Amino acid sequence: MQEKLTHLKELESESIFILREVAAQFEKPALLFSGGKDSIVMAYLAYKAFYPAPIPFPFVHIDTGHNFDETLTYRDELVKKLGAELIVGSVQESIDSGRAVEEKGFNASRNKLQTITLLDTLEKYKFDAALGGARRDEEKARAKERFFSHRDEFGQWDPKNQRPELWNIFNGKKHLGEHFRVFPISNWTEMDVWQYILQENIPLPSLYYTHEREVFNRDCQWYAALDAIPRRPTEEVVVKKVRCRTIGDITCTGLSLSTANSLEDIIDEIASSRITERGGRTDDKRSESAMEDRKKEGYF
Amino acid sequence: MKDTTGYLDMELLRFSTAGSVDDGKSTLIGRLLYDSKSIFEDQLQAVKDASKRLGGEEVNLALLTDGLRAEREQGITIDVAYRYFATPKRKFIIADTPGHIEYTRNMVTGASTADVAIILIDARNGIIEQSKRHSYIASLLQIPNVVVAVNKMDLVDFDETVFNAIVTEYKTIAETLKLKNVIYIPISARDGDNVVDRSSKTPWYNGETLLHLLETLPVRVDENNLPARFPVQFVIRPHSDKFHDYRGYAGRISGGSFKVGDEVTVLPSNTQSKIIAIDEGLKSVTEAYTPQSVTIRLADNVDVSRGDMIVKTDIHKPTVSANVSLLVCWLNHRPLNVGGKYIIRHTTDETRAVIKDVHFKVNINTLENILDDKTVNMNDIAHITLKTMKPLKFDSYQENRTTGSLVIIDEATHETVGAGMIVHDLEDQSFSI
Repeated sequence: MQEKLTHLKELESESIFILREVAAQFEKPALLFSGGKDSIVMAYLAYKAFYPAPIPFPFVHIDTGHNFDETLTYRDELVKKLGAELIVGSVQESIDSGRAVEEKGFNASRNKLQTITLLDTLEKYKFDAALGGARRDEEKARAKERFFSHRDEFGQWDPKNQRPELWNIFNGKKHLGEHFRVFPISNWTEMDVWQYILQENIPLPSLYYTHEREVFNRDCQWYAALDAIPRRPTEEVVVKKVRCRTIGDITCTGLSLSTANSLEDIIDEIASSRITERGGRTDDKRSESAMEDRKKEGYF
Repeated sequence: MKDTTGYLDMELLRFSTAGSVDDGKSTLIGRLLYDSKSIFEDQLQAVKDASKRLGGEEVNLALLTDGLRAEREQGITIDVAYRYFATPKRKFIIADTPGHIEYTRNMVTGASTADVAIILIDARNGIIEQSKRHSYIASLLQIPNVVVAVNKMDLVDFDETVFNAIVTEYKTIAETLKLKNVIYIPISARDGDNVVDRSSKTPWYNGETLLHLLETLPVRVDENNLPARFPVQFVIRPHSDKFHDYRGYAGRISGGSFKVGDEVTVLPSNTQSKIIAIDEGLKSVTEAYTPQSVTIRLADNVDVSRGDMIVKTDIHKPTVSANVSLLVCWLNHRPLNVGGKYIIRHTTDETRAVIKDVHFKVNINTLENILDDKTVNMNDIAHITLKTMKPLKFDSYQENRTTGSLVIIDEATHETVGAGMIVHDLEDQSFSI
């Protein structure tokens, strides 16, 4: 007798179908890996989708140079464990070569500069599809993005001219110089991702669990007291028990006060949380359509 | 939520809603999200701020779903938006689509994967053109369940006779359109009557609340009884020492189930073989069901590639033909070109095709067939025939929503320009009221 198909199984099945579609429809895909939990889940899904063959595309990490050490250590170990190839695109190199100009001031972030490095990296290696771990529940502009999202020769997204996407038929046809962003876990929510990590027993970077850290408070949000974020003289450094709810670049990753030290604790915490996970992300708060604007230019 | 094991055991239900600004669709979605605690404080604050900026007095929950700048500025929904919420029983995916006739293509898109369609009817206005249009689309896309939510019951004093009159009128439409499972609920989305909790104001209504219904409607029950279908998506050959002879066919089961030992036929070559293993991720299973993504290994070293279809040998087989008759919803500004060549994508298969003929168009407001005007513009629904360069392996859409659907792609622009539902019997699809 058939066991009930759980929602996690169904989501996994859908994501694996899309990963295989990408391998079949494109000549040179890549998986964008940030070290965050969503891209970690993507990496494991890709491993399952092609097992026992190796993952047929490399991982690309756009390194802002402002990453937590834990993220980089975890990345290198994971790549080794899954037998994947890793390509790093460096924002620092984009700045050094004059392709990008560093923002100034206390709220400076390299988040926006990543777009330049990302597009340059895709072009350099002639990638025609970039797999991303974005989810539709994260942000309202993302709620309307397709699984297969077309980008013109400038890497731009045109939200008003998206291809209709029906049933499970995905159209990856493109002209020379254009590429696609593909989002296999579009239909997952933050809770689904955590439940899947629990179900599959996927190890995570220690940053996701509670740890003591030197932090400071800015605009009601805790940040890591590291050199990547210049502090105002009034911003006092204190030690708190914190964890990351999302992991990005140090400058835009808000830390939450938490004592959660297991996946079960984290799931409880999220279930009772009244703030979205991107609530701690400074990059989304710059304007109401911050995400839509960055996406149009070619952001993740 | 301490009981994490409960969450791991949930099912997934996809439903679509279609409607315009005034029928309370956004309010209903807002209520489902709000009552299931799926709206967070920072989202609510952002919506409050935006409502104020746009000059509204009240908090406009529609702004939660209007994601693009143009939509917020113009106060209309242009595109399909996907929303998510969960209760302890199920996880829900809402395909929220605009209801105006110009957006038929978006409604069709949203309906294509739905298990349930919610059709909202304003109790004061009764069944209007738009209600028929939504019902036609639910029928065309073969959505297994239709919930007719008679909304704004508070504005008709929760009058049973108003509700009953709408139900009686709708039943005629449901019969004409051959809608499968239709359920009627009197609600007030604004105040929450019969949405999550049973209303004390409708003692004459013995049915379920909307949310309870969504939590308990059987999902995907028929899929595993369908003839087994497995469109081959990708061939896995590791070429490694450890898996030297491994050759697996990856894909997603699109009907019925397969188990180890099954005698199978590969189409279109008609090669026979037997399943020796089914792999799912890192482990092997003895049986797999719709819609699982698995990898099938066969006993013989047969020639199988992407676009082929593996089916069970002893069951009803799909049609293998280059002549395909279908209902199409046109999605593009450039009208359909009779005699023109297009790219067809059907399951994992791709081929070129020429449009042979347009037989009739459907007026989706009156549900009448139009025989004298054969120009198929964006948002039109038409019955067409096409001839493909190589034969397709298909069922009718009525039999199987996956192996019976295809999309039409423009050769020059590469845009998806048409959504097709394959028909066997024309009579089945000619509606008239």
